[in-house]
Parts: sequence; C-alpha cells; structure tokens
Amino acid sequence: MWTDVLLILDATLRISVPFVLAAMGGIFAERSGVIDFGLEGKMLGGAFVAATVAHWTQSAWWGLLGAIGIGIIFSMMHGYASVSKRGNQVVSCVAINIFAMGLTVVLANAWFHMGGKTPQLPREARFMSIDLPFAEELRNFPIIGEIYYELISGHNALVYIAFIAVPFTAWVVFKSSFGLRLRATGENPLAVDTTGISVNKTRYQALILNGILGGMSGAYLSTAHLAFFVKDMSAGKGYIALAAMIVGKWRPYPAMFACLLFSFLFAIKDKPEIFDLLKGIFPVKLLNSFLDMSPYILTIIFLAGFVGRAVAPKAIGQPFSKEK
Amino acid sequence: MNENQANVLVVTLVTIINLLLAFFISGIVIWSLGEDPWFALETMLYGAFGYDEGLGYTLYYTTNFIFTGLAFAVGFHCGLFNIGAEGQAYIGGLGVGLICLWLEDWSLWIVFPLAVLTSIVAGGIWGAIPGYFKAKRGSHEVVTTIMFNFIASVIMVNLLSHVLRPPKEMSPESREFAEGVWIPQMHEIFNWFGLEITQTPLNGTFIFSILCLFLVWRLIWFTSWGYEMRTVGINESAAVYAGISVSRNIIIAMAVCGGLAGFVGINEIMGSSHRIMLNFQAGIGFTGIAVSLIGRNHPFGIMLAALLFGILYQGGAELSFEVQAIDRHLVVLIQGLVILFAGALENLFRPQVEQYVKQIVRR
Amino acid sequence: MSTTAIELTDINKNFGSVCANKDVSLKVKSGTIHGIIGENGAGKSTLMSILYGFYQADSGEISVKENKTVIRSAHDAIAAGIGMVHQHFMLVDTFTVLENVVLGTETGFSLQESLQNSKLELQRLEQDYHLEVDINAVINTLPVGLQQRVEILKALYRGAEILILDEPTGVLTPQEADHLFRILGELREQGKTVILITHKLREIMAITDNVSVMRQGEMVAHRKTSETNREELAELMVGRKVLLQIEKAPAKPGKPMLTVEHLDFTDDSGVHRVKDVSFEVRSGEIVGIAGVSGNGQTELMEVITGIKSLQKGQLKLNDHTILPSVSADAAVMRKYGMVHVPEDRQRRGLVTSFSANENIILGYHKDPAYNQLIEMDKTAIMQYCKKQMEHFDVRPDNPQLRASLFSGGNQQKLIVARELQRDPKLLVIGQPTRGVDIGAIEFIHRQIIAMRDAGKAVLLVSVELDEILSLSDRILVMFDGQIMGEVLAKDANERALGLLMAGVRKEAA
Repeated sequence: MWTDVLLILDATLRISVPFVLAAMGGIFAERSGVIDFGLEGKMLGGAFVAATVAHWTQSAWWGLLGAIGIGIIFSMMHGYASVSKRGNQVVSCVAINIFAMGLTVVLANAWFHMGGKTPQLPREARFMSIDLPFAEELRNFPIIGEIYYELISGHNALVYIAFIAVPFTAWVVFKSSFGLRLRATGENPLAVDTTGISVNKTRYQALILNGILGGMSGAYLSTAHLAFFVKDMSAGKGYIALAAMIVGKWRPYPAMFACLLFSFLFAIKDKPEIFDLLKGIFPVKLLNSFLDMSPYILTIIFLAGFVGRAVAPKAIGQPFSKEK
Repeated sequence: MNENQANVLVVTLVTIINLLLAFFISGIVIWSLGEDPWFALETMLYGAFGYDEGLGYTLYYTTNFIFTGLAFAVGFHCGLFNIGAEGQAYIGGLGVGLICLWLEDWSLWIVFPLAVLTSIVAGGIWGAIPGYFKAKRGSHEVVTTIMFNFIASVIMVNLLSHVLRPPKEMSPESREFAEGVWIPQMHEIFNWFGLEITQTPLNGTFIFSILCLFLVWRLIWFTSWGYEMRTVGINESAAVYAGISVSRNIIIAMAVCGGLAGFVGINEIMGSSHRIMLNFQAGIGFTGIAVSLIGRNHPFGIMLAALLFGILYQGGAELSFEVQAIDRHLVVLIQGLVILFAGALENLFRPQVEQYVKQIVRR
Repeated sequence: MSTTAIELTDINKNFGSVCANKDVSLKVKSGTIHGIIGENGAGKSTLMSILYGFYQADSGEISVKENKTVIRSAHDAIAAGIGMVHQHFMLVDTFTVLENVVLGTETGFSLQESLQNSKLELQRLEQDYHLEVDINAVINTLPVGLQQRVEILKALYRGAEILILDEPTGVLTPQEADHLFRILGELREQGKTVILITHKLREIMAITDNVSVMRQGEMVAHRKTSETNREELAELMVGRKVLLQIEKAPAKPGKPMLTVEHLDFTDDSGVHRVKDVSFEVRSGEIVGIAGVSGNGQTELMEVITGIKSLQKGQLKLNDHTILPSVSADAAVMRKYGMVHVPEDRQRRGLVTSFSANENIILGYHKDPAYNQLIEMDKTAIMQYCKKQMEHFDVRPDNPQLRASLFSGGNQQKLIVARELQRDPKLLVIGQPTRGVDIGAIEFIHRQIIAMRDAGKAVLLVSVELDEILSLSDRILVMFDGQIMGEVLAKDANERALGLLMAGVRKEAA
C-alpha cells in the first residue's frame, strides 16, 4: 500500500512537469497584464520542435533549445499582435493555438511521412532519469530513504528544472526589481508609464520568459515523457495549466500545488489498482469514461471558483494605450 | 460616397489585405517544403471548382462552416469568445442521430423539425453550461468551452464504442438508420425539377443554412433581443444601467451558439453519413472562428468566408492527394493565420487603408 | 531668483480633428506657484501631459531652466527635473507606499536592496517637507489625501524641481485642500516651482503668484494674481460675462416620492460603502447629495437606481416598496417611475459605438412604441430620435451618427433627452455637468430646475459644491458612507458643508 502511494505520487510528479512549467510561464505573462491562452500552442510547438531537433541532432538538449526557440517565437507573435498592435489578446492566443495545430502536423508529415508523428527517439536523444547520489544506498532506509529513492531521485533533468522554476518564478515575481515592474505593469500600466518605465518593454520581457517556459513544457512531452511527437499531443494541457494558474491566484507555489492536484488525477486514472477498487462501486464503462473526463471536469469546477474566487491582475487583457 | 459606404469599403479592403497576407505566408510554407505555391493554388482551385463533384463537396463543407461561423458570431456580438463549437456540434449531432435512430420509421416531415429541435436543445445545453459558468461564476469561456470539447469527445468515444455500436461491428459508429429520414441530397432535389447534377454529399441542409444566415441577421440587428445582446457585448455596465440582464443574455447567447453549431449534425449525420460517426465534427468548429472573424461576424460576410473555407477544405483535400508532401492540415495552419491577421492584427493596415479611402472620398 | 523654470513656445496638439492646444506659450518663473485655469476641456491637462512627455506636441518648443529640452517620455521629464501629480493618482493600489515610490528607480536585481536604500531617503523627504505617511502602508488602505502625499513624495524622490499638480483638490474636502496649499507654500519656500492646474477660481486666488488662463485650447491671458480678481478671471475663462447664480423660484415640496430607509451596502471586495442611510425626496424639490468623491455616493445611487441590488434596508418609490428579498433591477425601477442620468456617461449612460438612434432607446428598448410583433420599428425610433435631438438641441442632429462622435456636452444632452422625456416621478442625476462645456451646463441646469417646477422629485449627486449649492433645495452631506447632516440650501455655506464633508459633525464643531 505504502509503495503504491509512493508510486502514484511519483507518477503525479512526472505528469505535473508540463503543467508546472507552463503555469509558471503563464504567471509571467499574466502578471504583466497579457492574457495567455496560448500556452497550448507553445506546448504543442515546443513538443514538435524538440522531437524533431532531437532526432536530427541526436541530442535532447538541442531539442530543448529548439523548443525554447519556438516558444519565444510564438510569444513574440502574441506580443506583436497584442502589445505592439493592441489587438484582441484572446483572439491572438486562439490564432496561435490553431496555427500550431496546423503547422506541426504539416511539417511532421512533410518531413517524416508518419501520419503526423515524428520518429522514435533513441535513449541518447531523450531526457533519461538521473539517479541522485546515495539513492541506492538509502533505498531501504524506511520512509525517508524510500521517499528519496522513489520520489526525489530518478527523474530526468526537466523534472528538476520544472521544480526549480517554481522558486525561481516566485523570487523573480516577488523579490526582484524586475518583479516589481512586472506586477506594477499588470496592475496599473499608466502608473508605470509615468515613472518613466516602458510598459511594452516590460511586457515583452515577461513574454520572453513565458515563451521559454512554454516551449520547455512541450519539450518534456516529446523528449522526456514520450520519445516522439504525435499530432495534438498537448491535448488541452496548456489550458489546464492556465486553469491551475488561475486557481493558484497567479502565485507560483499555489499554482504548483494546483498543477500537482490535476496531475494526481491523471496519475490515479492510469492506476489499475484504483480502478479495481472503484469497479465494485460503479459500472466499468461509466467509470472509465468518468475517469477520462475527470481532469476536464475538475478544471471547470476549479475555474468556477468553487475553491475560492480568484482576483486577476487588474489591467489584464487591456492593451496599453495613452490615447483615450 | 457617404460615410457608411466608405466604412464598408475600408472593411472590405482590410479584410482582403489580411487574407492575402495569410495566403502569402502559407505560400511561403508550401515553398519551403519544396513545392510550387502556384501549382498548389491551381490544384486547390481545380479541386474546389474544376468539376461538378468538387463543387458539390465545396458547398457541402460550406454548409458546415456557415453553422459554426454563426455559432461563433452570435457569441461574439454578446462579447463572448465561443471556441466550443466543436463540442457543441458533436453533442448536437448525437441528438440528431438518436432522434433518427429512434423515429426512423416516421416521415421526414416530422423527423426533420424534431431533429432540428433536438440539435438545438442538445447543442444548446452544451453551450449554455459554459455560459452559465461565465455568467454566474466568471469562468472564462475560452477555457470552459475547450474543456467541454474534450468532455464531449470522451462521451462520444465511450458511447460509440460501447453503447451505440451494433454488436458485431468493429468500428465505433452507430448503425445506419432507415432511408426514410435521410435528408434529400442535392442531386435528388434537382431531379424533382428535372435537372441532372452529379451526386455529392451536398444535401438540403445547405438551403437550411442559408435560412439560418438570414434569421441570425434579423435576430442580431432587428430585434430588441439582439439589441440587448449587442449592448451586453459592447458595454456591460451600460446594459446593467438599462435594466438588461447580463447573465441571462450570456447564457441565452451561448445556448443559441450551441444550437447553431448543433446543426452541423444535421448536415453530417442526417444529410450525409446517415449514422453517428466518430469525430464527424473534427475541425469544423475551430474553422468557424476563422470564418466568423474574416466575415466580420456578419452573416453576409460569414456566407462568403464559409465558401472560402469550403474551397480551402475541398481544394486542400485535392492538393494533399496530388502532392504527397502537403498535408490536409495546411488548412488548419491557414485558419490560424487568418484568425491572427483578421482578428488579432486587424489594425495592422487599417490606418493606411482608412487614409487611402479618405482620399478617394475627398476626390 | 527670477530665472525661468519652464518656457513653452507655440505648442500645438491635435487629436484627430480636435484641436486640443493651439499656439500655446507659457513662462513660469522659478520658485513661484503658477496657476493655470480654464474650463473642462480648455486644454490644460493636454498641455501638462505634453510637458510631462505623455503626449508629443505636433509642433512647438519646450525649455526647462532655460535650456531647450526635448521631452519624449516621462523618463525625459523626470530627468529634466519635472514631477507630476496626476488627477487620477498613478499609484499601484496593491503596493506599499515604499514600493510605489521606488518603482522605476530600482537598481540591481534584488528588490530588497533597492527598498532598503530608498527607505532612509524617503524618510528624510517626509520630514523635510512635512509629508508624513507610513511607508509600509498598502495604498488602497490609505485615504485619498494621503495617497496624494505619496504622489508628491514620488515626484520629490525623483529629484523634481518643478512640480505639476493636475486638479489636485477634486478629491479633497475644502479643509484638506487648505492643508495641501500649506504644503505647496512650503515647497515654494524651499525653492521648488509649482504649476497648479485647476478650474476653481478660489484656489487660484488663495495660493498662486501668477496665473495663466486657457480657453478652447488657447492661452488667452497671463496675470499676476495680486493684480486680478475672480470676476475678471471668470470672464477670461468663459469668454463672456457669467451668471454665477441660477435664478429659481422657491420650491413647493409635495408628497414623498422616494423614501430610503436604513440602506446599507457592502461591495464585492467587502468594503462597507453605504452605512445605514435614510432620507426622503419629495415631489417638487431638489435634494442634493454633497461629498468628496468616493464616500459612498456612487454606490448609494447605484442601489437606488437598481444597478446594484439592495442588500439591507428598504426603498419606497412612488408607493412601490422594494425590499432586499425582491430583486428589482434598473428595468423595474424605471417601470416604477424613476429615470436616471448616470455619473459616467461614457461607460454607463451610453454605448458609445452605437448610433444616437440606438442610444435614445437604451433602457426603453422594450417599449411597444418601438417594437412590432417580432422586430423593432426602426422608422419609429428614427423619428423619435430626430424629434428629441431637435428638442434638446443636440448637435449635429444626425440620428445615425455614432455616440462617440458627439462632444461631451452633446452626449450628455442626448442622455438627458432620453431620460427626461419619460414623464418620470423621480429623476436621479449624478455629476450632471462633469466634462461638459459652459453652454451645455446652463442648459442642463435649467432642465433640472424645470423638472422640479413641473412637480418631479429630483435627487442630485455632485462633487461640485457650487453646483449643489446653486441647484438644491435641501443638501445632504455624505462622508464615509454615512449622511453627516442635512442643511437647507438657503442656510448653507461652503465652510459648514466642508466640515461635514470632512466628517466633522455640527455638534462637535
């Protein structure tokens, strides 16, 4: 039983990585006052580019760099439309998501002819698990050793990066000079402008960070979690990350916990034991489909604020303009 | 030329420029894949118009896009961004299919109105729930409608593979329902008047979609309810001031969106496949966004834009058949670009065009 | 000490086809307080925004301390030693005083360091200029008077030698305003230059050394304050003689039309906005609610007019009782005989992208007069709109023109036309002349009085004390969500009302 719990938690961690990375990216964008429903597109684009570049170079790290690149390109597109040209931010995000959906498949098919899939990556071109020091030795040490071995050690580099990204984001947003400007820009851009700081520049800086994290979340899907890209592989995860961020009230740690909660659901969904346990209570077919839906339903319930109402940055979604 | 005409001219020019820009970038993508963009264009146009059958398919797709384009536009006028037409069409289609399976022995004259009603109710509910969350709890409809797309997808997969699939069949789809409740296809309708055309999936629903265009136009700009909806969409606080219920309008608008999207089920299921199939709605809902935005959210524009995307779909199919390197999803990519240029970047060339038109007007 | 701090030469600025500043020139001496006076829309704020780099002038020159200076952004203005206190404070509500002051001047990566470094400097400034405020307080917990101090501190912290204040007393009680003027006097003693923008003559006379008058985008006169008087300035501002008092017959109050009993309101963020308010408005009288903006008048009005739902207490309107248990929205209140000219015409009173046509029926769009069986009767609406536009002198009288294309005064007339023509029992009208030109002000004031004389009950809410004093028959003063006192208009004076507006009750004073 104890081992089962650890295994589920371990799976939760693995599943949560793209959510956590994307949610942190979302925090940067939205704290600066730019809506980001485009995480989905960045994730999808990142996944495709990472898999492709990793396949060509046979290096996961080059793949990651490529994913970051596409993430930044997409967030700059969003920035150009919604910050510079003051277009509708939601429309821009949806455009990027749909564009990414089309582009990835078109390129995948043109280059690999595998029905929207990219070639399977060999172990060397993927992010493989890293054993932390003393994991083996401590393995049999009760509780702490077990947690260390199962839960903390033995993940791939991106998992660690994701969980370093959380304190990093928290520090930047709340403890750095840049963070002060970032938050001020999201709350009252006019005030920021009158102190002599450029609102648009701050928003672009935030969007670069957003693109980096968004692209990385995609790289995890195709070069760490799986070993290839497949059509529509983000499957709404970008939107769920966004919901987690809102539930976390635009704060890094609460957002991370929200991500973990969503991931926990995905994790138990894949656990046959749990399935057997519940099977006695519900009809199998119903249970199956209910478990499949549960992350989406939970997202809606969370968003509806049944878990406390969220207050967004005040200037979110408003393009900054001096003219009345 | 008066101010109104000048405005129409500006809008038209801006739209055309935006479209050309989107096509230009798509051309670059084709070119970078090592193919000739002009040949691609030619192939697409031939595929869409070059022969009877192509034209039939083009209009058949157009029918779908009219429904989902309207499903986006109605919400847009109420200040909503409904990207859930996909799921609404899916569930609406389920309703249509179930009615047809259940009442397959009845006359089409009875079943058709019932099917319309069911798709309105089923799609409408699928739209109204996110509308409710938006109105009462402030959840952003972009996220909730996307979630409802996924939920719809899970429900349909499970229903089709476990419940509706005939016992001995392998593929996840329902049985075919009786011919009596099929919507007459266009070649049959033409036959009544003694005209011969090629058989295609194009069916009577096309006429129904034109009727919907007209009704939505009157609804939005000529009724007091459309007035309320537009007020809510543009200025919520003025709506509250005027005693207009914001939440009621949002919920109803979303329900109407869902109902319109649900009509895709009529075209696809009652008009063409005659059974409930997996993913019959795939991509049609998202295309509606581009259709509506490029059509300036006006039924007349939507009609033209739906035709454009009908051409792209049918032509794209022809293209991917002819040229191996180019996938059908090129259309999705174009959609993304169209939404970007016609929606988010609509101000890109507007000032210049306005300047230009002003000069013409002065002359 | 008679160097020139600021010199503007032939400044021009157009917004589209609207000319906001035309060949404006101005000279401000160092170490003085220089007033710029003019009506709403005379171009004062635009001029100062150009000086602060918020807008760019189309042509003209700026010299600061006798050096020609190009000011492209707030950044340049700050570098040139100019600081500005905006009419709407430029503060981040959720930040502390210290964070707001530091914003934009941080150095290095770590915020903590910047804050530490600034703390001492800020405390020194507070002492030097008697601008005490708790540097760790969060802005949205501070009263407006203190928020204004933070704005001044912000400017001084950035080394401002020249301080511009844009309508600084709009949110202050007369007593708070006096306090502000003492601070400004102190700044002058210490050698700072102050530019005070206002439309209130009293302030110019009370504090400035020199005054410049603007009218319709042009600079029409420069005077030494000691060599001019109110009457001359008023005439220069308006361009003709002004009647400072409105003629009206004594009121003949009838039976109560609106009775408010123990009304209480708490907003979404949990702030207790209206506290146990009771009063009545009789037919044939104008009851004015005075108070510094943000003391609950807006919320009180919104509850009375059905925009916000009634939480506690009771309303009686024209013999209809409204209780918290019965939901009565704006449509219901209209049905009971209320009409409402809202405070914020751009955001509430109009849908600016709709035509005049569509705006003239806002709130009455279900009226059978404009509806056929299914669709609306567009011809009827058009004719009605045309008629109202003529009657209320709305210009241009084109029903198909978008509301946003009318001037402020004409937009307001359009709303007044819509609401007053409904033969109401009660008129609720908020800030009737905010941002409206003099001509339209007179017109609207006469309409309000005519309503009263026709036996309607009128509830007037305004932050302009002059307006309240000249229109009302009875005056209620609101402070911190409560009614501080009631005064008959004929017994009222500015000082007594000012004390009530500051929350000092008569008994205590």
